[in-house]
Parts: sequence; structure tokens; C-alpha cells
Amino acid sequence: MTITLEPTVHGDRVSLLRVLGPAHVWALGVGIVLVGEFTGWNFAADKGGALAALIVCWVVGLLYTSVAMIDSEVTSTVAAAGGQYAQAKHIVGPLMAFNVALFLVFAYTMLEVSDAILLGDTIVAKAGVEGLTHNSFIAATIVVLAWLNYRGVLMTLNVNFVITAIAYISIVVLFFSVSPWTQGAVLKLNELVTPDNALPYGWIGVIAAFQFGIWYYLGIEGTTQAAEEVRSPARSLPYGTMAGMITLLIAAAMTWYVCASMMPWEYLGITYYPLWDAGKLTGSPLLENLLFIATLLAALASANGCINDAARAWFSLGRDRYLPTWFSAVHPKYRTPYRSILFLLPIALAFAFIADLNQAITFSILSGVLQYTFMSINIVMFRKKWPLGSIRRGYTHPFHPLPAIVLFCLCVVTFFAIFLGFGSQLIAMVAFYFLISLWFHFYRYKFVRRGDQFTMPWPKPQGY
Amino acid sequence: MWMALSYACWGISIVLALWMLYDWFKVDTTFSEEVLTSSREGELEAVSEKHRI
Repeated sequence: MTITLEPTVHGDRVSLLRVLGPAHVWALGVGIVLVGEFTGWNFAADKGGALAALIVCWVVGLLYTSVAMIDSEVTSTVAAAGGQYAQAKHIVGPLMAFNVALFLVFAYTMLEVSDAILLGDTIVAKAGVEGLTHNSFIAATIVVLAWLNYRGVLMTLNVNFVITAIAYISIVVLFFSVSPWTQGAVLKLNELVTPDNALPYGWIGVIAAFQFGIWYYLGIEGTTQAAEEVRSPARSLPYGTMAGMITLLIAAAMTWYVCASMMPWEYLGITYYPLWDAGKLTGSPLLENLLFIATLLAALASANGCINDAARAWFSLGRDRYLPTWFSAVHPKYRTPYRSILFLLPIALAFAFIADLNQAITFSILSGVLQYTFMSINIVMFRKKWPLGSIRRGYTHPFHPLPAIVLFCLCVVTFFAIFLGFGSQLIAMVAFYFLISLWFHFYRYKFVRRGDQFTMPWPKPQGY
Repeated sequence: MWMALSYACWGISIVLALWMLYDWFKVDTTFSEEVLTSSREGELEAVSEKHRI
């Protein structure tokens, strides 16, 4: 393939392209998350029973609704690639911003790794061929999606929109295929979830289930990474994010209802494919194959969005000299952060080949929850430094500071739940962020051009 | 069939990885570093949004 490159076609500056609309924002957010309905959320049932999985569906839904509302307000004002990183830089300070960017890169890269492993394992499970391993499917997933991201954001998110919509529709088709209005024919919720087994480990089981309840919605905040590439960030980002959250709440409720009504909690809590299994249990080959394909598409959409988001966070760090500026290069033809995409590609491949699914997703969840904790503090500081009326906001979230308080409290509960299951990983991760913060403060920050990093045309914050 | 699909996945991965490396090399040798790293945060935003209340 030959590519013609015109050295002067873009003038002096090469920037990311503003070509996206609200549908792409929806595709990015829901695409990253929807895989959690196909696997992951159901491990909450193993921790606390089927009812615990439903309780955390709603309570963690509250956490993420707070995330979506807070994120929509701040990002409709700080419309820059890097999302929460750019928010932290302007509102809290450089050290927090550096940490938040690392949370983002880790959360998305590890989620991408988990998606690729899931896709490979699903194909191997379907094939049932001796000697077939998941490595080739993992490599193809990561490399093909990296190539797609390399070639341009518009096609990347158009593809994400289509495959996410197909995966979502498959859940709706399954839901209506099992006559959800009738118990006893296909669904047997009243037999499978009884007062005796609804919460087999009591309320501590519900707390422990929080760790996997995150899977219902993990990654919806990724919509903000598109801030520099949407045509109208103040309108598209809140609209796409909130629409995505509503979509996911509906999908989570349908998924729980169908799966809890078809499988006992002991099995539901350990299977890797709850929706695919539900499709098999209907006895319909059409539904079984539809849910198999939907599982693959959901994993692809998630990995695709994760590559997009991790690369933009890494690119933003380079642009502000928090990392070498080499990473801030934009492809002159495709207008993508191509060096960041290529740099993260072998890292994702290496983790996918050596890590197991549980380890990868735990690191992703940990980084995500650290980020949500930051967001609850960030919005309080944002409202205090720039009160309503002092700068233009594309969206103003209601009931402040209630969502921030709810978010913070639920993050504390989730940390406790993660500590119960993965205490050593939690401590190791916090130690890593502490050490890397020392490196940034004492070594790297001297390379940063301090005046250049604050780019929003805002008035001085109150109290300064 | 599944084994053939597995080999095809390796093949596609290698071809696309090589293409990206080739394109990376070509871009980096065609354009100056100054042009490639010339993107600035919030540049377009500052022009399009007035932030007047």
C-alpha cells in the first residue's frame, strides 16, 4: 500500500480532528462498558448471591450516575484530550493530573487486555478443538484494533457504534425471547432466588459483591477522552455520556433478570459467559449463536474504545511534557496520536500473553476506583474555585454536593470490597502510584513548561 | 477450520503490525518533529468558545 503524504498540507500545526458527534460519544462509552454485561458482573453472585448481584447493580449504578453527572459538567468545560487528566491539571494540580493520567492508562490498557483474553477464550470454548490456544485471537484483536485506531478516530468509532449496537440489541432480543412477563415457562426466578438463598452470606456478601458490581458500568467515564475530537463538546459529551448511562442501566437490569431467572446463583457466580449460557439454556440455536457473536463483539468494542482512550491519555502526558514530547506526535494524514497507539500496543500484547483474566481486570478496576475517588474531590474543588456563573458550563449537574458525597462513600465501600478479595494487589498498586509520584515530583516535573500546561481561558479561581 | 482461522489471525496480525511500522517510519522521516508534535491543548476551544457569561 502506498501513502501519499503532503508535508505542508496542514500548515504549521497538526491537531486531532474534530469529527465526532453524540452517537460516537455514546459508542465510545457504552462500547467500553457493555462487555461487563456479557461477563464479569455475575461474579458478584459468587460473592453474595443473586440478590446481592441485583443490589450492587442499582447501588453501583448510583455510583456511576454520579460519575456521569460530575464528569459531564466538568468535561463540558475542560474540553481537551486526556479527559479527567486535563480536568485534574486545571482544577487540582500537576501531581494529581499525572496520577490521574496513569489511572486512565492502566484502567484502559488492563481492560483492553482483559477483553482480548475474553475474546480468545470464548472462541477456544466455542471451537472445542484440542491444541487450539487463545494467543492468535488475542494478537489479532489487539493488533487489528490498534491498526483501526491508527487509521483514524471517525472510522474507529463508527465501527464501535455498529458492533456495540448489535451486542446491545442481542440482549434485548434475548430478553423478549424468554417471555419476561411470564414466570414458569422459561424463567424461574421465584424458584431460583428464594428467601433462603437470596443472600447466602448476608450483608457482608453484598459488600463483597461491590468489587464485581463495578463491571456493570466500568469505563463509561471514557467518553471524556473524545473531548478534543467532538464537534461540539459542550453539547455532545453530556448528551452522549448520560444517554450511555441510561442505556447501560437498562441493559444491566435486563441481564440480571434473565440470567438470575435461568441459572442458580452457584453456577451464575462462576461462569465466564452468563449471557451466552442463557442463550444456550433457551434451547434455541439461533439465540445461542447470536449471544456467542454478541459476546465477541462486546469484547471487541470494549478493547477498541480502550485503545482509543489509553492512547489519548498517554498523548496528553507527552504534550504537556509530563512524559517525553515524542509521545505527543499526531499523524499528519490520519490525525491520530499514532506514536502513543504504537507504544501501548506491545505493552498490551505482553500483558495479554502473560497475565490471567482476574489479575488484569483487578488492576483495571483498582485504577478505575482510584479515578472515581479523585472525581468526587475534583467536583467540589471545581465548584468552589469557579462557582456557577463564573464560567460557561455546557451542563450543570443537580443536587451538588450530594452526588460527590455519594460517589466518595461508594468508592470507600468498593475499596473495602476489593481489599477483601485482592488486598495485596490493592497495596501493591497504591505503593506503585506513590513511588511514581515521587519520581514525577523530584525528577520529571522540572522538564514541564509550567505556564504552557494551563490552557483553558478561565478567570482566576476564587481565593487566588 | 478453527486452526486455519488461528493461523489467519497470526498472519493478519503480522501484516498489519508491519504496515504500521512502515507507515510510522515513513511519517517520521517525511515530517519534521516540530510539525508532528505541534498539537496544542485547547487551541480550537479557545477560538470557538468565548466563555462570556
